[in-house]
Amino acid sequence: MANNDSTSNTIRVALALCIVCSVIVSTAAVLLRPAQQANKDLDRKTNILAAAGMLEKGDDVLAKFATIKTKAVDLATGKFTDSVDLNTYNQRKAAKDPALSKDLGDDDIAKIGRLPKYMIVYVVEGASGLEKIILPIKGYGLWSTLYGFVALESDLNTVAGLGFYEHAETPGLGGEVDNPSWKAQWIGKKSYDSDSKQALTVIKGKVDPSRPQSIHEIDGLSGATITSKGVDNLIKFWMGENGFAPFLTNLRSGEA
Amino acid sequence: MSNKMREILLRPVFNENPIALQILGICSALAVTSSLKVTSVMCICLIVVAAVSSMLVSLIRNQIPGSIRIIVQMTVIASVVILVDQVLKAVAYDISKQLSVFVGLIITNCIVMGRAEGFAMKNPPIDSFLDGLGNGLGYSVILLALAFVRELFGSGTLYGFEVLSISTNGGWYVPNGMLLLPPSAFFLIGLFIWGLRAWKKSQVEAPDFKIAANTSKGETA
Repeated sequence: MANNDSTSNTIRVALALCIVCSVIVSTAAVLLRPAQQANKDLDRKTNILAAAGMLEKGDDVLAKFATIKTKAVDLATGKFTDSVDLNTYNQRKAAKDPALSKDLGDDDIAKIGRLPKYMIVYVVEGASGLEKIILPIKGYGLWSTLYGFVALESDLNTVAGLGFYEHAETPGLGGEVDNPSWKAQWIGKKSYDSDSKQALTVIKGKVDPSRPQSIHEIDGLSGATITSKGVDNLIKFWMGENGFAPFLTNLRSGEA
Repeated sequence: MSNKMREILLRPVFNENPIALQILGICSALAVTSSLKVTSVMCICLIVVAAVSSMLVSLIRNQIPGSIRIIVQMTVIASVVILVDQVLKAVAYDISKQLSVFVGLIITNCIVMGRAEGFAMKNPPIDSFLDGLGNGLGYSVILLALAFVRELFGSGTLYGFEVLSISTNGGWYVPNGMLLLPPSAFFLIGLFIWGLRAWKKSQVEAPDFKIAANTSKGETA
């Protein structure tokens, strides 16, 4: 075994090993890529449907998603736009690109830093036109940015569902944003009041149903004040003037 | 199976457990043990990586130059880990998302590296395979025990099925939130090691130093 340590043998072994390993690894990566892509795609669609409260156990995600139209919205004009390629556009990357996003400055109540110019929304259309619209939302909680979706009914005011697909809040406290019974409260709440001002809010403690404004209020999560505040901020932001409010107004009047 | 092979396979499970005796691989033991399902997948991945990479390293052990042996082992281990990670992403995407970086981090798991350098370099392939398998099992025993306690008392479920009805869903059990956080695994590993060493006295290490008796009054140092 003494000649193992010669320089030529060292180089020979290193080279051979590198070639064999790289061939194996790259073959596996190439062969498995279609399956991985399909999984990623399915995961994204499942998230959208689940967050919007449209997913029952045992549903065929792909079939259900086929009825949903993906569209891009220009937040500045509040209208649908064709200027982005839906297959390649990535909201998260766009938020970091100065050409595709703007600095929010003092308007940044959801603590997201930069706002992309274009957001991808999902339109559910039935026989009678628009049934639901699913809007992406994000904002900072206690430890992490929460990413999710909110779905609105065809009146573009009543919440049809809300959910987060990615966050790192404390399990058992802020992590309760995933609790189905908490998420169920959002359904049927109104996002805008009679003056069409943004009114949906997460309050501290329990909602008193006898109050007239309770239609806009959600129970805070106990033991998770900062996460609740974060959710409150992000819903105010995205439903407000810097978020989707202009778009929803246009859509309501048929001008989007 | 010969006695020697059984010995190689089973010794690391209790007698020379990599986590409890050698205190290796703690990092992932803290990170992935808050639910049994995720933990089980992590254990399977580690067992596969430890067994296969030990066997591969052992197969080429007579060719490996001493000067680059560590990097050669790393390359073999890294390739196996990437393979496992890719397969996991293709067949169990949900779980691979929850395990996130920890599958990739098996590369740096001291157990795998330790067995490649400490055992596979000196022993034939089949023995090395069994040794990797045994160490993987030893790791799994502890992780599954941790995950059992953490999931049961932290979220009231086992493998996602409700066992104790949680107070937030109208049940009687108030879950212990701390068990869902990584530090709780430290306490549990500590208790586990205590239990194991009380049972197998030979694992108790001799103290490195003795604490001197307090000096009595009037006596100055």
